[in-house]
Amino acid sequence: MISTAGKKDTERIKSVQEFQGKQAYSRSKFYSDKVRVSVGAGTCGLANGAADVLAGLRDEVGTSGLDFLVRQTGCIGYCQVEPVVDVLAPGLPRVFYHYMSAGKARQLVRAIAEGDFHPDWALGRLSRDQLLVRSERDFSSKPNGLSTVPKLEELPFYKAQLKIALRNCGFIDPHDIEEYIATGGYSALAQVLASIDPEDIIDLVEKSGLRGRGGGGFLTARKWRACRQAHGYPKYVLCNGDEGDPGAFMDRSIMEGNPHAILEGMTIGAYAIGSDSGYVYVRLEYPLAVENLQIAIEQARAYGLLGPNILGTDFSFDVEISRGAGAFVCGESTALMASIEGYSGEPRAKHIHTSEKGLFGQPTNLNNVETWANVPVIVNEGAQWFARIGGEHSKGTKVFSVVGKVKNTGLVEVPMGVTLRDIIYDICGGVPDGRAFKGVQTGGPSGGCLPESLLDLPVDFERLVEAGSMMGSGGMIVMDDHSCVVELARYFTEFLTRESCGKCTACREGIVRMLEILEQITCGKAVREDMDLLDELCCYVKDNSICGLGKSAANPTLSTVKYYRDEYLAHIEQRRCPAGVCRELTKFVVIPDRCKACGRCVKTCPVKAVRGREKVAHTIDQDKCVRCGACREVCPFDSIAVA
Amino acid sequence: MIAVFESKKMPLVKTVVNGKHIEVERDRWALDVLLEMGVAVPTLCHHPAVEPYGACRLCVVEARKGKWTWLTTSCDLQIREGLNIETDTPSVIRSRRMSMELILSRAPHVESLQRLAADLGVGRPRFGPHYDIGKCILCGLCVRVCDRLIGASAISFVGRGRRRSVTTPFGAASESCTGCGACIAVCPTGHIRSFVEESALNIETWNTRLEMIDCKVCGTPFTAAKLLESVQGRLGKGGSLERVCSKCRRLQMCKRLGEAFHQV
Repeated sequence: MISTAGKKDTERIKSVQEFQGKQAYSRSKFYSDKVRVSVGAGTCGLANGAADVLAGLRDEVGTSGLDFLVRQTGCIGYCQVEPVVDVLAPGLPRVFYHYMSAGKARQLVRAIAEGDFHPDWALGRLSRDQLLVRSERDFSSKPNGLSTVPKLEELPFYKAQLKIALRNCGFIDPHDIEEYIATGGYSALAQVLASIDPEDIIDLVEKSGLRGRGGGGFLTARKWRACRQAHGYPKYVLCNGDEGDPGAFMDRSIMEGNPHAILEGMTIGAYAIGSDSGYVYVRLEYPLAVENLQIAIEQARAYGLLGPNILGTDFSFDVEISRGAGAFVCGESTALMASIEGYSGEPRAKHIHTSEKGLFGQPTNLNNVETWANVPVIVNEGAQWFARIGGEHSKGTKVFSVVGKVKNTGLVEVPMGVTLRDIIYDICGGVPDGRAFKGVQTGGPSGGCLPESLLDLPVDFERLVEAGSMMGSGGMIVMDDHSCVVELARYFTEFLTRESCGKCTACREGIVRMLEILEQITCGKAVREDMDLLDELCCYVKDNSICGLGKSAANPTLSTVKYYRDEYLAHIEQRRCPAGVCRELTKFVVIPDRCKACGRCVKTCPVKAVRGREKVAHTIDQDKCVRCGACREVCPFDSIAVA
Repeated sequence: MIAVFESKKMPLVKTVVNGKHIEVERDRWALDVLLEMGVAVPTLCHHPAVEPYGACRLCVVEARKGKWTWLTTSCDLQIREGLNIETDTPSVIRSRRMSMELILSRAPHVESLQRLAADLGVGRPRFGPHYDIGKCILCGLCVRVCDRLIGASAISFVGRGRRRSVTTPFGAASESCTGCGACIAVCPTGHIRSFVEESALNIETWNTRLEMIDCKVCGTPFTAAKLLESVQGRLGKGGSLERVCSKCRRLQMCKRLGEAFHQV
C-alpha cells in the first residue's frame, strides 16, 4: 500500500493553473525514459496468480539491478487470458503479454533488458495509450520492430469495444493519483471549477443523454436537477458500488482499477448539485475495491482534489466509504441509504423521491459507479461527442461482464445498440466446444433469459425491457444446450428468497412460493395447473412489492416461461429434463452407433456406473448413475445423450 | 357532493376516491382518509400510533395521476392534488386476495386472520404451512411500537428473506424490555405469549422474565418493577406513583366517591 503521508510531491494543488503544471509533471513521469512493467492485479488477475507474477517481477528487477518501474494495474477486461503483464518502454508501442507466470515474467524482464520483447508471448501491442479517443502517443504506423505482434485494438475481443468507463482500467496504477492525472484525469474537474456554472454542467449532462448505468436507466441530468432544486442542506451525493448480481463485476473492476474516475465524477456531480459531502457504498465482498478507493480518497485529499477549497476555489466536497454487510437488497436506493444511516437495509416506498428526502432525510443524489465514471469524459469530450455514441435513446457505452459458456469471458464495453450476437459471438467468441447457444441471462437475478431468436436484439434499456429482461447493471450469463432454463429460474429465484429483505408480504412470501413451484417442476412433481399458479404469483409479486428487488424478481421465471414453455412442459408432462440437468428427471444413455468404446467415460464416472470393454459400446447402469453428466462432458463423440 | 376535510396546516387539494370528488389536506396518508370516509380497507400492519410501514400489502389501492396508474399501498401514500384512488378494481381485489392467502398460509390457525380472509373471499390457502413460525406474520407493529413509542427498542427484526423473524438481541433475555406489554396489545395475531408466575412477568416469546411489584393493598403482583421505574422516570418530580393494582385502585376510588356523596 502506498501511503500519501510524508511524500515529497504531495503538496496541495492550490489553483487550476497549478493543476496544469502538475499535469505536465505527471505526464513526464508516466512517459519517462524508464521501462515500466506492470501486472494486472485486479481481483480477477490475483485469482489467476498475479501476486506471484508481481513478486517474481519485483525480485528479478531487484536482483538484476535493472532501473525498471514495476507497477500494478487493474484489469484490462480480458479475464480469460490473465495474468496479464504489460510493458511500456520509451519509443515503443505498449505491449501486453498474456498467460504469464512468475517464471515467464522473470525471463521477460531479462529479455527486455537485452532488447528482446518476446513477441511470441504477446497478446497484442497498443498503438495508442488507451482504447479511448485521446492519446499522448501514437504508434499506429510505427510498430518499431514489433510488427509480428497483433494490434491489441484489432483483436476480435477489443475491435468493437470503446472504453469510456473502463478507460484507465489496466492501463494505470490505481494506487498512484499522478498516473491518473497523466492520462487526463481531474482535467475535467479543473475545467468545471475554472469556467462552468453548475446549471450548465447539468445541461451538458442532459445533452449527452447519459442514463443511469445501475439498471433503471433514469436520465442522470433529471436526477441531478431535481436534487439541485430540492430545498435543504446538507445535500448528499452517493455512489452505488453494491454490485450484488451473481456473475457481474464491472463496478468492481472500475473501483479497483480506476477509482479516481469515480471520485472525479462525484466531485463534478456534487458541484452541479450543490453538495459538499458524499459516500461511496461498497459491498463487503470487495476488499480490494475498498482498499484502492481508500487510497484514492486519501491521495485526492492530499492533492487538494477532495476536501475543503478544491483547487483553491470556494467549492468543498469530501467523500467517505461506507461498507455494506453483504446484502443484495442494499443496491436498492432507499435500502442503501438506510444501510449508510446504520439501520438494516430495508427499502421504503418512494412516493417521496430520494432527491427530496434521501439520506438522513436530506436531498440525495445516488448514481452507480459506472455512471459516475462516465461524467469526466463527457465534460472533457463534450456532450455531442458522447451523444453520437450508442442508439437513439440509449447514449454512450455500457460495460457488460460476459460469463458462462463463451470462449472469452471478461469485461466488454461497447456502444449501446450493438446486438447480443455482436457481444456473444464477435467479441466473446461464441459458445465453446461446438455446443449450441441456448440463451443469455442479462441483468442478473432481476433480468430475464433471452433465447437464440433474440440474438439480433440491439442491447439498450428499452429493447431489453420490451423483451422481458432488463439491462440491470450489465451481467450476461451465456448458456449452452447443457443448461436447463427451469433450473436457471429456480437458481435465481432461490437467490432472491435469500436476498429479499423480508419486509413486504409480496416479496417475502411470494418469491418463496414461486420457488416451491419451481422446485416441484425440477423434481418432476408438478402438474399443469401449477404453471397457472406460478404465473399468477409472478404477476402478483411484480405488481405488489415495495422495491425493485421484488418488482423484478419474477423476470427470470416469466421470461423463461415465455421463451421456453416447451421445456417447462417437458418437465411437467413428460417428466423429462431435455437439457439433462434436473437429476430426478434425467436418464443418460449411450448411443451405441456413436460410441467408439474409448473408455473415457468409464474413467471419468465418479460412481463407476459406466461399464464397457474395448471395442464394445459402453452402457450406463441406471441404478448406480447419479446423473452428474460428467460422462457426457468428456465424451468426444457425443455418444451420451439424455433419454 | 363534495366532502371537505378541515385542515389547519396543509392546503386543501382536490382528489378523487372511488369516483367521489373530495378536498382533503395535502400530504395526509391516503389510508386515514379512506377510513374516515367509511371506505373499508383491510390492513394488518397499520396502527395510528406509529408511522406507516407498507409491509402487509393488504391496503393496496389503484392510484392514478396524469397518465400513470399503479397499484400501491394506501398506508404510505400521501394525498396530492389530482390523485385518483380506486379501492375495488379487479386488480386491487386480486392483489388483496393473494396477499391475504400468503399471510394466512404463514399462520393458518389464527382466527383473526381467518375472519379477515373470509371477508376478502379467501378460502383455504393453496400453499401449505412450511416452517414453524408460530403466529407471527411479520407486520412489524411490535418492533415499531417498542422502538418509536416506548423507546425501549427491546426487539427487532433479525435475518432476511424467509429467515426473517422478530426477537430480542441474540434471542437472549432483554435488558431493555420494561414489560409494558405494548407489543402484546398491538399484535394482530396474538403471537406474543406472556404469563405471570411466582411474582414474575414472563414474556415467553422474548425469552424475558421481569420481577413484578405486589399491590400494597391486596398483595397480588400487578406490574413489572421496571415499568413502574420507567414511568416514574418519565414523570420526574411531576408526580408519584402509588403501588396499587388497578382493581384495588378502582375500589379505593369508589370508596372515596361514596364518602364524598354522603358528605353532600
